[in-house]
Amino acid sequence: MNIQIFIQQLINGFTLGSLYGLVAIGYTMVYGILRLINFAHGDLLMVATYVVIYGMALFSLPWYLSFPLAVMVTGIVGILLDRVAYKPLRDAPRISLLISAIGASFLLENLALVIIGGVPKPFPRPPIFDKVIDIYGVKVQVLTIYTPITTIILLLGLLYIVHNTKVGKAMRAASRDFETTRLMGINLDRVIALTFMIGSSLAAAGGIMWAMKYPQVNPFMGIIPGLKAFIAAVLGGIGSIPGAVIGGFVLGIGEVLIVAVFPGLAQYRDAFAFLVLILLLIFRPTGIMGEAIVDKT
Amino acid sequence: MIREQRNLILNTLTIVLLFVILWLFDRYGTDYQIRILNNIAVFITLAVSYNLINGICGVLNLGPNAFITIGAYTSALLTMSPAEKKISFIIEPLIWPLNVIQLPFGASLVVAGIVATVFAFFISYPVFRVRGDYLAIVTLGFGEVVRVLCNALQNITNGPLGLKGLKPYTNLWWSWGIAVLTIIIVQRLINSSWGRAMKAIREDETAAKAMGIDPFRHLLLAFLISAFFSGVAGGLLAHLITTISPTLFTFFLTFNLLMIIVVGGLGSTTGAVIGATLFAWGNEALRFVESPMQIGPLHIPGIPGMRMVIFSIILMVVIIFARKGIMGQREFSWDWIFSKIRSQRI
Repeated sequence: MNIQIFIQQLINGFTLGSLYGLVAIGYTMVYGILRLINFAHGDLLMVATYVVIYGMALFSLPWYLSFPLAVMVTGIVGILLDRVAYKPLRDAPRISLLISAIGASFLLENLALVIIGGVPKPFPRPPIFDKVIDIYGVKVQVLTIYTPITTIILLLGLLYIVHNTKVGKAMRAASRDFETTRLMGINLDRVIALTFMIGSSLAAAGGIMWAMKYPQVNPFMGIIPGLKAFIAAVLGGIGSIPGAVIGGFVLGIGEVLIVAVFPGLAQYRDAFAFLVLILLLIFRPTGIMGEAIVDKT
Repeated sequence: MIREQRNLILNTLTIVLLFVILWLFDRYGTDYQIRILNNIAVFITLAVSYNLINGICGVLNLGPNAFITIGAYTSALLTMSPAEKKISFIIEPLIWPLNVIQLPFGASLVVAGIVATVFAFFISYPVFRVRGDYLAIVTLGFGEVVRVLCNALQNITNGPLGLKGLKPYTNLWWSWGIAVLTIIIVQRLINSSWGRAMKAIREDETAAKAMGIDPFRHLLLAFLISAFFSGVAGGLLAHLITTISPTLFTFFLTFNLLMIIVVGGLGSTTGAVIGATLFAWGNEALRFVESPMQIGPLHIPGIPGMRMVIFSIILMVVIIFARKGIMGQREFSWDWIFSKIRSQRI
């Protein structure tokens, strides 16, 4: 393998990793506050891409309108998800919450299947993302450059919100202790709703970029990215927002490079992420950036 | 003592009655009825063994499809004749010992259970190092890994092509015999000191540890027994459908099992049996929602996926509004029936 191909693969890995990272942020934020793996989070990717497709096909919106629209709609779907599936179970055992999450995930997938149908739809990629640029002999699609940049910008914005605004402070408080947060006069349900909205919007951004990279959209497209993003969140240390992105990068680059170096392993690619997860949970369950996992009671 | 004898006699009578009914269906029933009865039995076996780990131990295992897959493939590979295997494996020939062995159906089921148990044993260490959501994801991960392996290891599983033309060995006697056996063994385990320790772990693991219970050993036992029966049921399933491929045993199957035990009541074997019966029957009965309909002049084309929408809504409604399901953690017992009768008389 010469150096150019290596760099090309590295850039591919970065792109894939930043997608995992974007989706992982949503997992990590929700987990930080509710101690819940939001199983339906991956399916929000699918929701976002269908909104884009219908926005562009039915209302002939230009991409710079339909992308933000999809992000907003997905944010609202995220809030609804919390209201319908998780809010009634705030005081229930955790296992019930998780089962409800699995049910919500299947409901979203199969509703999409019933309403839209199982035939994969092509994603209308705006032509400006198709351009190929040449950096010292390495040919790269501009999309693969934009994706990590978008991720980093969104990450910085989110970190600003979490660390420098009142709402961010409320989120951090809620991730420590529900009871005390309530006593401080914070409307906990609003904070949780906001967390879901931000996480879902980021998932939508990830989903749109995912669909531009792999432009085949079907109702079950969110499952595998969702699972891998969750693994990225655990890898980075669940509860830590920068950790989620770092975990995403590590997983994405690792996945791409393993296939690049050992092409024979290509068909085991989907198993690689789970192998990482299993080894991680055996040797360092707290992840790269994580604190020790404590059960919130 | 008298009561125990009475219960034993009544249990035996119930089983005899069950098999008389099965015999009647076997002779006079239609193919359709027999297929539904077989499905019910296989799902009872799956649900009761799945409930042992999820309901009794309180550990959310999302990987029973891994054991079912392993069981199905093992048993299928063992019952196919060497000649059939030679025809089936087009892309890559089957590896050595498997391509010459052929076992009778019963023996293949036992081997299927054992192979699934061995696999469960190997993954038990990473699985039980974590709890709660993490355990759910790890087991889900093993389920996915098994599916990936089924697609990739073409010289064992025939890859995405799957195995076709299995003999339909699974009849009412096999399926119900194993279902009854599973219920008896799992119930005896639950009512033993081991079972009570498992329930203690479910209620409060720290307290259970303080009482001298080793969680790992108890969870491992439940996990292995659950895997064994899931594997056997996988073998039954393979010879019921007669065609298996990696797409058959996805997370969907796990979802269905989870729904069965949640609706029946997490932690109740009776609930698992009721849930499995309702599911296997409902799955067939609800077929009409996916077929084209003619309501007066209105023509509605078939909607694939509608059943899963209904099932997901049922699961969410039960878990949100009626968390205990049909049975809660209670079990059917003759004592309860007789106390009811007695109180009626007074």
